[in-house]
Amino acid sequence: MLARSAQRGTLSRRLRALADAALTPLSVDEVLDGFHPLRSGTDLKGKIVAVEAETADAATIVIKPGRDWTGHAPGQYLQVGIDIDGVRLWRCYSLTHGPRRDGHISITVKAIPDGIVSQHLVHKARAGQLVHLQQAAGDFTLPLPLPEKILMVTAGSGITPVIGMLRNLFSKAVAPTTAITLLHVNQTEPDSIFKDELRALAAAGHITLVEHFDDRDGLLDLARLESLVPDIGTRAAFACGPSGLLDALEQWYDERGLSLDTERFRTALVADAGVGGTVAFANGTVIDADGATPILDAAEAAGVLMPSGCRMGICMGCVLPMKEGAVRDLRNGEITVVVPGEAPGGVKIQTCISAAAGDCHLDH
Amino acid sequence: MTAVTKKPVNPIAHLSPEDIEEIGTRLDAIRQEVLDSRGERDAAYIRRVIKTQRYLELGSRAVLLGSIFPPAFIAGTVGLSAAKILDNMEVGHNILHGQWDWMRDPKIHSSTWEWDNVTPSDQWKHSHNELHHTYTNVIGKDNDLGYGIMRVDEDQPWHPFFMFQPVWNFINACFFEYGIAAYDLELGKNLKTPKEKRSEEFKANSKAVLAKIRKQATKDYVVHPLLSLPTGSFLPTLAANFTANIVRNLWTHSVIMCGHFPEGVETFEKKSIEGETRGEWYLRQMLGSANISGSKALHIMSGNLSHQIEHHLFPDLPSNRYAEVAPKVRAIFDEYGLNYHTAPMPKQVASAWHRFVRLSFPNGWLATTNTKNLPQQLVALYKISTADKRSRRVMLKLLERKAKQEYVPAA
Ligand SMILES: Cc1cc2nc3c(=O)[nH]c(=O)nc-3n(C[C@H](O)[C@H](O)[C@H](O)COP(=O)(O)OP(=O)(O)OC[C@H]3O[C@@H](n4cnc5c(N)ncnc54)[C@H](O)[C@@H]3O)c2cc1C
Ligand code: FES
Repeated sequence: MLARSAQRGTLSRRLRALADAALTPLSVDEVLDGFHPLRSGTDLKGKIVAVEAETADAATIVIKPGRDWTGHAPGQYLQVGIDIDGVRLWRCYSLTHGPRRDGHISITVKAIPDGIVSQHLVHKARAGQLVHLQQAAGDFTLPLPLPEKILMVTAGSGITPVIGMLRNLFSKAVAPTTAITLLHVNQTEPDSIFKDELRALAAAGHITLVEHFDDRDGLLDLARLESLVPDIGTRAAFACGPSGLLDALEQWYDERGLSLDTERFRTALVADAGVGGTVAFANGTVIDADGATPILDAAEAAGVLMPSGCRMGICMGCVLPMKEGAVRDLRNGEITVVVPGEAPGGVKIQTCISAAAGDCHLDH
Repeated sequence: MTAVTKKPVNPIAHLSPEDIEEIGTRLDAIRQEVLDSRGERDAAYIRRVIKTQRYLELGSRAVLLGSIFPPAFIAGTVGLSAAKILDNMEVGHNILHGQWDWMRDPKIHSSTWEWDNVTPSDQWKHSHNELHHTYTNVIGKDNDLGYGIMRVDEDQPWHPFFMFQPVWNFINACFFEYGIAAYDLELGKNLKTPKEKRSEEFKANSKAVLAKIRKQATKDYVVHPLLSLPTGSFLPTLAANFTANIVRNLWTHSVIMCGHFPEGVETFEKKSIEGETRGEWYLRQMLGSANISGSKALHIMSGNLSHQIEHHLFPDLPSNRYAEVAPKVRAIFDEYGLNYHTAPMPKQVASAWHRFVRLSFPNGWLATTNTKNLPQQLVALYKISTADKRSRRVMLKLLERKAKQEYVPAA
């Protein structure tokens, strides 16, 4: 039995080697990709199966992932790559369902003004289109076993990872006994993504929903947190939303010695623009990079293929060794300098949050 | 032809430095227009061409499985030749130039692309993109000028062995892909170096070339003929693949000859490019290239190198845009009184061959020869060839002077 399957393995390897030899410099995989893009053994892709409007400027995109999709934990995100005006652009989106029975995955995108990818996904994406995907990533997930009491704070599109968690918890045969309070902040009621579903969960007694609308209730004042959620100190806390809110919440929790789990969609870049410089790559390409633009963006704009991930300094997917030069961390202005010879193999830098602060040499 | 600056009538003497910089600015503007409008349509174009090439190649190879039947042999050979030409020209050459890097598709990117050619793409990119495109038509710098083994310019000293260059040129054309590989390796220079002194880089590169040759040859001359064995088509498939490679080589060689070697295309001296401005660089590309006029099919099959002038001005713009910018480029040529060198393919090929033949003889020899004086001329040629170095130099000078007095060249 074992011998036969081993034989079969060798046979298929031989056949593949033969086919590769017949197709060189192409490979079998590249030829098959043209016919069956979602098959296993190739770069992960997905086919859009539905685009469902959620609000005036948000939509849920349901995607059938390729065979090699390894699944995800609710709360995680994935990178989606899509060709817009002929250019492949990658962005992260939180998965808004737990694992689904039909094997599909979904993301919910809020179109931000002038946002290239979000506007495209919400208003132009159509069923049948192919997108490129990466496997799920991120550690904004609920711990197991579940804490007894949980507080979730979300604002705007920050509801996306949380709705994934909630859908997963309450689609199970036995609903968990955890007491969940969700403080959901939006500018206005019509802006609120998933409001009907959240209200239904609340009506069914699964969650306690505290809705906050800026136009009705005024800007959220954290001094009121304890009155909105009286037992806040005893709840495991998760928050996702704009940087301003997350920064304030983190400070609030810090001051009380409590811990808070956050998911950020973008990072606040504060550093003053420096002088910039050039960035040279191993193959001899040299590009100009100003002091305010992440090296990742500058290199991509010049046509260099760069590894990337969250594009905001958290996933390390963009890290490259710098052999020589100086870069500025755009989050805090910190300068990293590499003197040639002093760091064998170079110093690893995150290109998505580093701008050139002189002429740099990247080993890539 | 002689380096521009040494010519009796310098074709750029009428341009002031301001004119040249103005030309540069206007060409930059044309380039920017294309960059600003580059998008979906262009991406769809290259994907369509790649797909066509793939289907054509797979289809032709499938047909050749039964190549024992003459119609299958003919259709398969024609299809495979066309597929190989597309792969090398409109697809390979242009992707390796980085014309499609802006799409950020790792599958269609200069850093990842590999082509159906014995030169590994990395080595070709270095010698072609970095050397040839930077030093276009600069004598002694641009090895594409004669690939180091041919006399393509009056300023190169004549030697009797150049008399065979039309023959070599033809052999080089038939096996062009190997010629390019040898040239990318700087094989001639390296073989002259004693074995133990050859650089590590050369050793690694030769290894890569040999590996690529092995793979390519295994595919065309072993695997596919064997796959055709069941229908008894081993030999016909082998012959078809060999023919397709030769056709592709002859075609690419012809296209490339048309780009820089027709009579009237200018060459430049090394010292004339020191401290060259952007405008001057543009001007060198304008005068150092020639176009082929013709149908859309010709443009595609030539990889749009039929727009060699536009390609040399803007080597990294998507090839499908060259036709579009050509009239604007030509308007600049006209306005500044420069010769926009373009002609149909047969004429350009003939002109390039004429130049190879003419330069295989001493300067002025062909021009001063006619049917009547042929015997004397042959005797003179024999004398020059067998003379010692110093007397040869004197005789060559005399011949050149005579030609100048008797014969006023058209170009
Ligand atoms: C881990 C992670 C998960 C994410 N999950 C989701 C999700 O579930 N749903 C979702 O809609 N988005 C999510 N995002 C944000 C998403 O990846 C994109 O940043 C967002 O869609 C904007 O991309 P764009 O191409 O439209 O904008 P761009 O064209 O890149 O930017 C246009 C302008 O908007 C600004 N901008 C960029 N991002 C934001 C932002 N988030 N808010 C406000 N202004 C911004 C830019 O500075 C720029 O000025 C997530 C991001 C991360 C890192
Ligand atoms: S892309 Fe995630 S850290 Fe840079």
